[in-house]
Amino acid sequence: MSNAPSPPRTRAPGRATSPRATARGRAGLRNSRGDRITLALMLGVPAALVVGLVWLPATVTVLLSFTRWDGIGGLDTIEWIGAQNYVDAFTIYPPFEPALRNNLVWLVVLFAVPTVLGMFLAVLLDRRMRGGALYQSVFYMPVVLSLALVGFIWQLVYSRDQGLLNAFLAVVADAPPVDWFGDSDINLYAVLVAASWRHTGYIMLLYLAGLKAVDPSLREAAAIDGAGPVRTFTQVVFPALLPINLVVLVVTVIDALRAFDIVWIINRGRNGLELISALVTSNVIGEASRVGFGSALAVIMLLISLVFITVYVSTMLRKAYR
Amino acid sequence: MTATTLPDAPRQHRRRRIRPARVVLHTFLVTTALAWFFPILWALINSFRDYDHTAVHGYLSLGGFTLDNYARAWNEGELPTYFWNSVVITVPAVLLTLFLSSCAAFVLSNHSRRFNLTMLAVFLAANLLPAQALLVPLFRLYTSIPLPYWISESGSLYDSHIGIVLIHTAFQIGFCTFVLSNFMKAMPSSLLEAARVDGASVFQQYWKVVLPLCRPSLAALATLLVTWIYNDFFWALALLSSGDKLPITTALQNLQSAFFIDYNLLSAGSMIVALPTLIVFFVLQRHFVAGLTLGASKG
Repeated sequence: MSNAPSPPRTRAPGRATSPRATARGRAGLRNSRGDRITLALMLGVPAALVVGLVWLPATVTVLLSFTRWDGIGGLDTIEWIGAQNYVDAFTIYPPFEPALRNNLVWLVVLFAVPTVLGMFLAVLLDRRMRGGALYQSVFYMPVVLSLALVGFIWQLVYSRDQGLLNAFLAVVADAPPVDWFGDSDINLYAVLVAASWRHTGYIMLLYLAGLKAVDPSLREAAAIDGAGPVRTFTQVVFPALLPINLVVLVVTVIDALRAFDIVWIINRGRNGLELISALVTSNVIGEASRVGFGSALAVIMLLISLVFITVYVSTMLRKAYR
Repeated sequence: MTATTLPDAPRQHRRRRIRPARVVLHTFLVTTALAWFFPILWALINSFRDYDHTAVHGYLSLGGFTLDNYARAWNEGELPTYFWNSVVITVPAVLLTLFLSSCAAFVLSNHSRRFNLTMLAVFLAANLLPAQALLVPLFRLYTSIPLPYWISESGSLYDSHIGIVLIHTAFQIGFCTFVLSNFMKAMPSSLLEAARVDGASVFQQYWKVVLPLCRPSLAALATLLVTWIYNDFFWALALLSSGDKLPITTALQNLQSAFFIDYNLLSAGSMIVALPTLIVFFVLQRHFVAGLTLGASKG
């Protein structure tokens, strides 16, 4: 419970010195030879880890996606087959299309429900009010739980024979039991309720932080001009939230793309719960072990995410160096 | 309820009447909050109920309260082993990530702008790549890196806790470096100059001057990292093969089959697994929120 200031507030003094002056002033850092070695190690070791365990494997995955390989034999058993894996994925691999569609549904639902609801809650809670902190805590409590555990907890609600929902529906409407996680027509949406339950709190926190950073004089000016709360938000506050909107956009896309734990724990991503992440995993560590094909699917994920990662990184770095 | 000094606070107090809008607002918030809390509450309630009772009377009944499920989940689910595995993975991974990323941030925050930006982009982007996209090469890499038997029973980085620690570290370094370098850039350069005049080496400047000042950021990041790494499901699934090495989040799947029908037992197991993160939630809430919004908010 330290009372130290949060980083954003301490930025001010750093901005006072121009970057060039700072660089010259600190050039003395690199004077002695021992110091130079220390500096090289301090940056080199983390950089080597990131490059060696993240970027290098990602690059190799791209290369492997153009090959056929069982992943077990030596490297000389790798067979170069060009874009065949990609062609196969789109033409003769039945789970691919549902997976792509499910990922898209996942994304759309995440935007339509938790993102909007999270933003709405943030706007409501972004003021002094009785119990405000309590409300916030309740909404973001699911954020600390793993998605696998979220799947578990919701199983108690959704279970066909022992779940709350069916018991409730039987009493209220005398409805026959529904297999919420098992029926391939509805299980995606049942899972999405659980995933949204977790995502909302996260989005709310991001927007709460963003709203705090909005210059209060903007709102005052809008109020003086006679704008009501709705117009103030849509025309003044929301545009000022552009950076946070970009972050939320990226976080949501990446989350939709990386969704994995919850479907894997339910049925390993089959029968209505196909997701690209689960297909990659079952192609690579499953019985079949089709490494080249799995890699091609992974590259598709990689490409989509790289677009949004670029947006994210440039937003963040621009903000940091403004 | 604390004495905050908002400029418009007195104005609000003067005209505090019960307005319809306020009633609607609080009704909405209370309803939503109850709905939000309900799934956890439901698991919590059922974890204290006897299976024989709920099997006969249904879940929409009262009674049959017991602590048995917790004892059984703990023992039959072999939770202590899995918990220990989580500790063995999470603690070193968090410490290593914080150490390495603060080192990198220290160097970068004292460097020229262009180099700094390039490196940060490389670091930060790595944090967001889909894990599945690295799986095959990483698997091959891990099986081909030998480790002495006393470190890893499998004889390689694959199926070892060290391997999991390393991949978590590599993945999380990016975000932490970004946050910490922002923080360090804001420090007055006179601090380091003074240390240099006193003849401090680069490492001493980092360890004795900069790092202690980063404590609030480090606390927030540590809280966040503990939750993330404890909650990881995928890497342990992909890079560990022995069931007795799994961390608890990944072991959930085994629990599911072990506790097949008994949902009350399952609830107790879930509550036990959730406990560490819920403790983080209740005790370190401030740090957690600070951490989550560190990257996203200004700076």
